[in-house]
Amino acid sequence: MRFDRVWTVARIDLRRLFKSRDYWIPMSLLAGLFFVIIPWIMLSIVTSGSNAASELVRQIGGVLDALPGPVRDNVQGATPAARAAYAFAVYLLAPVAIIVPLTISSAVGAHTIVGERENGTGEFLAHSPLTEKEIYLGKLIASLVPGYLATAVGFGLYSLVVNLKVAGEFGRWFFPTSGWWLLIVWVVPPFIAIALSVILWVSSRVRSTAAAQQAASLVSLPIIIASYAISSGLIFDPTLAAIGIGAVAWIIAILGLMSGSRALQRERLLGVAIE
Amino acid sequence: MTPPMPDLAISLSCVVRTFGSVRALDGLDLAVPAGSVTVLLGPNGAGKTTTVRLITGALKRHAGTVRVLGLDPEVDGDEVRARTGVVPPKPALYDRLSGWDNLRFAADIWGVAHTAVVPAAERFGIAYALDQEVGGYSTGMRTRLALARAVLHDPDVLLLDEPTAGLDPESSRAVLDLIRELAGRGRTIVMCTHLLHEAEGIADQVVLMGAGSARAAGRPADLAAAYLTQPTVVMDAQDRTALADVASQPGVVSAAWNGALHVKLETLDTLPDLIATLVAQGARLTRVEPQLPTLEHLYFEMQRTLRAAQ
Repeated sequence: MRFDRVWTVARIDLRRLFKSRDYWIPMSLLAGLFFVIIPWIMLSIVTSGSNAASELVRQIGGVLDALPGPVRDNVQGATPAARAAYAFAVYLLAPVAIIVPLTISSAVGAHTIVGERENGTGEFLAHSPLTEKEIYLGKLIASLVPGYLATAVGFGLYSLVVNLKVAGEFGRWFFPTSGWWLLIVWVVPPFIAIALSVILWVSSRVRSTAAAQQAASLVSLPIIIASYAISSGLIFDPTLAAIGIGAVAWIIAILGLMSGSRALQRERLLGVAIE
Repeated sequence: MTPPMPDLAISLSCVVRTFGSVRALDGLDLAVPAGSVTVLLGPNGAGKTTTVRLITGALKRHAGTVRVLGLDPEVDGDEVRARTGVVPPKPALYDRLSGWDNLRFAADIWGVAHTAVVPAAERFGIAYALDQEVGGYSTGMRTRLALARAVLHDPDVLLLDEPTAGLDPESSRAVLDLIRELAGRGRTIVMCTHLLHEAEGIADQVVLMGAGSARAAGRPADLAAAYLTQPTVVMDAQDRTALADVASQPGVVSAAWNGALHVKLETLDTLPDLIATLVAQGARLTRVEPQLPTLEHLYFEMQRTLRAAQ
């Protein structure tokens, strides 16, 4: 396998994506909505001191009181409003870090192989000296990068929003926390890879992009739910268990990708092996 | 190390490939000498595209043997494809990218320097549009770009699958010029087409395909000698009624009006006597034109003969 050719396949896919405004503008809006706009609005409300804020702070306080003691002790802040803002910023939006990249990468991945067949460019790839694994890895990287890039940029912007809106309550910038670093660096990537291994497998087998997207939605939904639950838990308790979950996810992802790579065959790129 | 070029650049023997219940190739035998131009003729569904796909190893055979440049495409497919250029029936270009991006992508895959991109585009008169998105290209421009991409790495074998379909005359000529140029440089070329006139004059070998097998193959002159045994002469006269009984003249096999009178003779030796007879009968001939055997005549005659034999 030649990694320069893998990167060539990935680069051309990313370039096509960059040229497709109808794809990346909605996806950027999605990331902006979840990482910037909603947090900004919610944190503005929580820290505003208004009647609506008081009610929200009271409700969040009720939720926090119901948590186990060790978890509750992790919530920082001297006042109920500060504790509510901290809880909201650190805990409640954690699953967004999984949902956004999964959504973006799924959308790219569902199209990437079947799209080559639909556009007729699969014929070019099939006649090229690229190996099937090089094509697969290139497609994987091209699907992974937009989702993770959106997450990385979104994570940076989200950190900025949280610190700008809430740090005043603590006298210092406190975000990202160790749990968030663990989530972004260790847990999110394998979950995206697991979802993509399934989606690329589907994309190489179905007849149309529409079918790939429908199938991808179905197969990625359980992964999103699982990752949602796991990410919430990790933020509350970033312990060795969290690291273990990430490690298991990496193993599953690697096995899934190895299995998925076998689904991409030249005949499928030509569209003649779908029976 | 690159293996030495064998005498046969491509050979297929008893190759079978099915799609479900359809036998796309049914015992195909094909031998393409190195440095030759072979034209695969045949109607849609004859198996031409499947043959091209088997040659590069993009498709797997279900039976038989395939050798390309001495290699088995199913085993050494990557090397075969590295030394092969393909122009598919549809140009297979990335519409959202520029012509430059498309060619650079191919250059990177085949390990060709980017400096080769512009000369390749210039060769096909498409350099002026390299900055434009391919989605805005005309059919002719797209085919020219696909041709530039196919020869970017100077392949030993060039496979052209219906390369002139939908092209304007200028673009068609560019394709034929490319074939002549590459053939002159010793490259092996296989061209699939059902447009007979474009294969005229460039084919070293013609293979008539039908129902997944080669019905007849050989040099055009040999095939013409075998199948076009009765020459045709096109005739016309000032008063066409004077040609009414040509079909009954000695040495005439048949005569039919198609713009002018197309007369099929037993041999060309009978033509002087026929002319003398017609003139003696008062015909004022305005046209007597023996037809050189064309690929089109050959194709239809071969089809007719093979059907009759079945």
